[in-house]
Amino acid sequence: MSKNRSETAANDDPARKQRLSVLAKAPADRLKTLWDAWCVRSGVPDHDILRTPEIGTVMVRGRAGATGAPFNLGEITVTRCSVRLSTGHIGHGYVQGRDKRASLAAAMIDALAQSDQADAVDDMVVEPLQLEAEANVASRAAKAAATKVEFFTMVRGDN
Amino acid sequence: MDTQSSYEGAFASPPTDSAQAFRAAMRAMARPGTIEAIAGARAPEPFSEAAASLLLTLCDPDTSLYLAGEHDNEAARAWVGFHIGAPLLPADRADFAVGTWGALQPVSAYKVGVAEYPDRAATLIVEMPSLERNGAQLSGPGIKDTANLNLPEIGAFQANRRLFPLGFDCFFTSGQSIAALPRSTRVSDLSAEEAA
Repeated sequence: MSKNRSETAANDDPARKQRLSVLAKAPADRLKTLWDAWCVRSGVPDHDILRTPEIGTVMVRGRAGATGAPFNLGEITVTRCSVRLSTGHIGHGYVQGRDKRASLAAAMIDALAQSDQADAVDDMVVEPLQLEAEANVASRAAKAAATKVEFFTMVRGDN
Repeated sequence: MDTQSSYEGAFASPPTDSAQAFRAAMRAMARPGTIEAIAGARAPEPFSEAAASLLLTLCDPDTSLYLAGEHDNEAARAWVGFHIGAPLLPADRADFAVGTWGALQPVSAYKVGVAEYPDRAATLIVEMPSLERNGAQLSGPGIKDTANLNLPEIGAFQANRRLFPLGFDCFFTSGQSIAALPRSTRVSDLSAEEAA
């Protein structure tokens, strides 16, 4: 019963949500590079694969103008995987694209982040990915902002 | 413990294992009365390995499932949720039902299809203590002369056969073996015939 409760708590954990979001959106190559670096430093954690990496699609929904009614934008390819570490922590990895190794890495990171190595894995893998993602968004926004046109109305004489 | 084991039991190699399991299920259904080997998946108690493998092979989020009797427990629901994603529905709306013959009663509750779409019928996965080639006598499509299988009951399958082309189909599972009884098979009581 206590396990059930702790698992529910883990599912509602906003930090985990954020971490999984970063992992899901990260470029597969960067994710794998950072994960390999972790493995070189700490070794590949002992794990059982609960669900072998499998490729599928999920529907992405959007809102017109980010505020309108939701509509189905289209399907994207997603690879998912679930692992259990020898410590008993279960991790689920969902990543964009067809990269099975990246989904395995994401699942391992999710599992490690629930263990006592959470801070280390956050520092080495998740933080860099998050910063890169934020930098990407910022530079895109800056490029878009540079093309912004300011409209203003000339005051007409008879007003 | 339960939440842990609910994550386990998938096929080790899903493409090949599920293809082999499907092959076994297809052969069993094509030749009623034969007993095929099916294995590879594990589900929480009281599911047999054969029933778990069959569920992983046949069910997905588009096929509804009914868990009958002791097969409907917390661990089993979690297992189905993680590995299959099939919606769990009551007996009269489910595409597949799993349980012992006693727990699946009354069998008149299950979908038998409609005249335009006889395929919209339920498939029952009946957990058995053992499967043996004796007992009720089977004849019909896929059986050269006659075959025998230890069916849990005879009257229900005779009534089901009378609905043909409607009716439910059955798989029987025990340990790592599987047998099947499609709605097209005629069932008769061997002992009654011998007595006559």
